[in-house]
Amino acid sequence: MLELRKDIFADERDDNLKEIGKGTQRQDMLGHVTGTSTYFDDHKLQGMLHLKVVRSTHPHARLRRIDTSDAERSAGVRRIIRGSDVPRNLNTLLSLINFGKDDEPSLAVDKVRYKGEPIVAIVADSPREAYEAMAKVRIDYEPLPAVFDVEDALKPGAPVVNETYPKNAFIYHDVYDHQKLRFGDVERGLAAADHVLEQRYQMSPIEHAPTETNGSIAAPDTNGRYIVYTSTQALFFSLDTCAKILDVPSNTFHFIGGTVGGGFGGKVDTLTEPLAILGATLTGRPVRYVLGREEEMQFGSPRGAERIYIKDGVMRDGRIVARKIRALFDSGAYTRLSSYAAVKCAAHLPGPYTIPNVHGDVYCVFTNRTPATAMRGFGVTAMDFAIECQMDKLAHLVGMDPMEFRILNAYRDGDMKAHRREAKNCALIECVQVAAEKAKWPIREEFKRASSRKDGGGSRAAISPTPRESYAPATAPSQQRTTYDRAPAAAREPPPPPPPPPPRPQAPSHGAARFSSVFGTRRR
Amino acid sequence: MAKTALQFRHNGRDVAIFVDGGTNLLAALRELIGDMTPKFGCGQGGCGACSVLIDGELHLSCLTLAETVAGRSVETLDSLKDGPNLHPLQRAFADNFAAQCGYCTPGMLMAAKALLDRNPQPSRTEVIEAISGNICRCTGYEPIINAVLAAASGGRARA
Repeated sequence: MLELRKDIFADERDDNLKEIGKGTQRQDMLGHVTGTSTYFDDHKLQGMLHLKVVRSTHPHARLRRIDTSDAERSAGVRRIIRGSDVPRNLNTLLSLINFGKDDEPSLAVDKVRYKGEPIVAIVADSPREAYEAMAKVRIDYEPLPAVFDVEDALKPGAPVVNETYPKNAFIYHDVYDHQKLRFGDVERGLAAADHVLEQRYQMSPIEHAPTETNGSIAAPDTNGRYIVYTSTQALFFSLDTCAKILDVPSNTFHFIGGTVGGGFGGKVDTLTEPLAILGATLTGRPVRYVLGREEEMQFGSPRGAERIYIKDGVMRDGRIVARKIRALFDSGAYTRLSSYAAVKCAAHLPGPYTIPNVHGDVYCVFTNRTPATAMRGFGVTAMDFAIECQMDKLAHLVGMDPMEFRILNAYRDGDMKAHRREAKNCALIECVQVAAEKAKWPIREEFKRASSRKDGGGSRAAISPTPRESYAPATAPSQQRTTYDRAPAAAREPPPPPPPPPPRPQAPSHGAARFSSVFGTRRR
Repeated sequence: MAKTALQFRHNGRDVAIFVDGGTNLLAALRELIGDMTPKFGCGQGGCGACSVLIDGELHLSCLTLAETVAGRSVETLDSLKDGPNLHPLQRAFADNFAAQCGYCTPGMLMAAKALLDRNPQPSRTEVIEAISGNICRCTGYEPIINAVLAAASGGRARA
């Protein structure tokens, strides 16, 4: 235990941190009620220019020709930015923690993969002049077949959305096209069950729709640095992403933010900062790039759609003996954060219930839809919706009260989770009991007396024998290759021969350690 | 582009600016006058973040052509405070935790002020009706409604 030399800091802070039960005012409340909280767009800088983006009108198309000559001559235009102006025009957000391959350009060069994808940026004296120049950009599209459904995208012969992942699925550890969970023998469990229920669930994409749209203002500072006022929810993550895309050291930037007009996960994607900074670099003037509401809906990432199949085996007495789940996350055209959502989802299976046989396959799938990203519990929320709908249906199937059914199957302390970790500090039973009481929902005495602290462990702590599966080696992808102006050459290697042994995780570099438990780089 | 001279009262002070044709009041206030209290949310009259009072009446500044306020009086959140002292509505919003990200707060406060100016003792239903054009995506509506009701009763007690 670290001993702080409290005598040194005696003047600094009262050590009394007992805040529970007391109202404590937000430190930013006075700014909010007086309208003086400074959001990124509340900065008005001398000589500020305005950046607007010409976006794809097709969900999937080859770019035959981009003609900006008329736009360049349009009144008030200071600079037209193309993909070839972006120093590293290919990135994936989680590359900062060595997760995933660079797959998304800042400005599309040879192909667009979703409607709304940025192609050309225009920097002009006023937003109006930028809009007028936008109308003069001529883009010759060659429309390609598009795929909008996750299951269609995984079928052989489906259009290749993103050439970095030619089979339309994110690749984990350079080998696996999905996240896999195996615990016990689910087929035997299903065969032995009194009832089997298989259901399909679908959740649509959900837009965060923050009242403040995404945006940023970048301004040249002294010593070759740039000040960036931004709406980002992830200030340093965004700063490092810009440093990578613009190929400069991260101390080039001074990011100022923290006052965010609603984010909910929709402001972690560094959507505007790289082009705003590039605009400031190319013009030497402050540049403001703010999404309009339509852009926020079309281009700003939503929570991804998910399709979930659950097949459960349940006994007449209400015990769930097997749960088989296949989940397909719609990542849209690029990875952004969906790869991580699938990891979280697999880690969440089979929900907070002790089930001896669990089988999970979770895919992160590419389609020609707006790329998806983080949103409040992403990866878990839709799965919980599906699991809890399923729990109600199972309870009905065996003629049990749904609250009692959950108490019966809930994790108890000492139980073995499907991830082969012991369940500790469980509280679902107590939550259900309180919910039943508050809702005046009658549950029987034995369920009122149930506790997370008793009846766990023992046979419930066992790991049922788990059969090994034969691994089908990946077939050679029918690649539909394209080139990028400055794509790193190493991005598309053929998949290595099939395991075992599983690939050894890379030595965690900075930051990777914090995410160790989810990305497989175990920290002991 | 030809610009039009425009004079109006802004928070009790006469101002004169030159605007391009088609400039909306929100852009005029933020970019030309420098009053950053009204916010841009949607630009289509859907969210209420840009709400201001024109001659005491609640308006969406993003859908108001700047030239239409010539000679009229425009009030924004910047006018609500009395010197260093918070307006009872501002105090009530703070005391009732009626702001989270704070972005809808300027519009909410203007909608609430418009309500209390014409109806100092509104019912809960009337408060809900009055802020129904203002979206709070942090979904803090309950504390906001409570704050407006608290300001209404507190305001009377002080008067």
